[in-house]
Amino acid sequence: MADSLIRLEHISKNFGGKEVLSSIHLSVRDKEFVTLLGPSGCGKTTTLRIIGGFESPDTGEVYFDGKKINDVPPYARQVNTIFQRYALFPHLDVFDNVAFGLHIAKRPKDEIARRVREMLRLVNLSGYEDRDVASLSGGEQQRVAIARALVNHPRVLLLDEPLGALDLKLRKEMQTELKAIQVALGITFIYVTHDQEEALTMSDTVVVMNKGRIQQIGTPIGIYNEPINAFVADFIGESNIVPGVMNEDLVCSFFGKTFECTDTGFSRDEEVDIVIRPEDLKMIPPESAPITGVVETVVFKGVHYEMTVRSPSFTWLVQSTIPEVVGTSVGLEVAPFDIHVMKKGGAENEAD
Amino acid sequence: MKRIKLVLLPYSVYASIFILAPLILVFLYSLRGPDGGYSPEHYLRFFDLKDPIYLKVLARSIWTAALSTVICLLIGYPMAFILSRMDRRYRDLAAFLFVLPMWMNFLLRTYSWMTILERNGILNTLLGSLGLGSVHILYTQWAVVLGNVYNFLPFMILPIYTVLIKIDQSLVEAAQDLGASRSKVFFRVVFPLSVPGVVSGVSMTFMPAVTTFIISRLLGGGGNALIGDLIENQFKTANNWGFGSAMSVILMLLILAAMNIMRKYEGESREGSVLM
Repeated sequence: MADSLIRLEHISKNFGGKEVLSSIHLSVRDKEFVTLLGPSGCGKTTTLRIIGGFESPDTGEVYFDGKKINDVPPYARQVNTIFQRYALFPHLDVFDNVAFGLHIAKRPKDEIARRVREMLRLVNLSGYEDRDVASLSGGEQQRVAIARALVNHPRVLLLDEPLGALDLKLRKEMQTELKAIQVALGITFIYVTHDQEEALTMSDTVVVMNKGRIQQIGTPIGIYNEPINAFVADFIGESNIVPGVMNEDLVCSFFGKTFECTDTGFSRDEEVDIVIRPEDLKMIPPESAPITGVVETVVFKGVHYEMTVRSPSFTWLVQSTIPEVVGTSVGLEVAPFDIHVMKKGGAENEAD
Repeated sequence: MKRIKLVLLPYSVYASIFILAPLILVFLYSLRGPDGGYSPEHYLRFFDLKDPIYLKVLARSIWTAALSTVICLLIGYPMAFILSRMDRRYRDLAAFLFVLPMWMNFLLRTYSWMTILERNGILNTLLGSLGLGSVHILYTQWAVVLGNVYNFLPFMILPIYTVLIKIDQSLVEAAQDLGASRSKVFFRVVFPLSVPGVVSGVSMTFMPAVTTFIISRLLGGGGNALIGDLIENQFKTANNWGFGSAMSVILMLLILAAMNIMRKYEGESREGSVLM
């Protein structure tokens, strides 16, 4: 791809004999917001560190703007990083922390002062220049870290779970702010998180990883609506995942019932995973329903109620704005386009 | 609050008997003349500018100690740095090896340097067999500096090493990320953050070096007496406790002043050090 700014090809990495990355292919466009999403230990941070130059891959190539940069040290790469715990320099004040990269680059004094002040204004920290970084709150330290990275006008900003240490409200605020900064400055963001909601909120592209492999690459909507396998479906939002059979195109069955669906291209009677989102299950009277069960629990979640419905072969998770009484017999139905059929254990990059 | 005071009591008693009382006694002795009255004559004698023999000894002590400290720092800092960069599994063992000679008796260690350095000692035998002639180090100021460096080097290495291994590796990565080459990472991040260790190491080396009298007597001979030798002499040979005390007080104030200057440097980098 000609328009990719960063390209990873065949990247694999072992730590002490343990494989942490296995044949990673990834292409990131200029000005794209890409999120590497996965549980801890899935290799997302290692991938980020390989792009930053802090780790070198055992095999594979890293390209930046078409040039191979495997052997380029971190200080010579046009990327800047926001570290998990900010890594602010404790011996420098806010101004000197932000100015660090510009000092190293030997920019003139007045330019440094102007750019640092500009950047501190952007992250709402004007007037904090002389403050000691240890005296700042977590959110303020986070902003200093952002300013320190962005002041150097990097082509790419790497963010390693940058909001992990903040409380929920602040995290939401910073999500919006980070996205606004990314759009305003037109910088490519590669963002690592284990928080699926964060990934869906901010990203142009989400890369779901598990056990050192890329599971799926797609837009937030695409990944949510068309998860490629049970892992992705389970990790992104809540799901009912049940074993099923693809009888023929547009027809699948599970738990002995046949359903109309929208998927094609499977072999006849292929065993598959069926994913149904809890909000896609509708409660109807049990008489004519394809699935029946008994309401087992009801939990109020703020916007909706989350209920479990026990049927003979599976306990279904259902979300609805209308609660049912525990113990009621109910029926469940699902629209054909809300039945997601997935190949068993499939993932992208699997061909290698 | 009350309970804390109770816990502190034994320490306060200890401190007053073994720290405060001797200090006061030394100070009182230093002001006592031969006739039993109080006078500043010992201090006047020490600072006599017409015959500044004591000031000269003091200057020599400071110079020797400072020189030893600087050499310790020049050897010790790189050593501590290398140790801190070693694999976690080996570095503590390596650091331990550096301290191991300290377990041998101090006098024994210093005497062994005499056998190495003396006219027909190990060093000159070795040089002679190589046809390089011989050197006369023993009973010079250099022998004293050598003895100081050998004896006090671990006190320089350990505090610096301790601070270096505690520096968050992500700060190093952050500096690299912001464009700093290896040498810039060192001078702009690692070294500034290790200053508390350097301050600690410098004071732990300088203090014993400036007050020592064994090393200077054994390796320096009569001509290179230091202030410590003079003080010892006043108490044990000249039997002039007053003058000995006065010199002790002067030395103490000098160290106090030196520590205060260093504390200023340390204050800038905040983290606590071992001694202050």
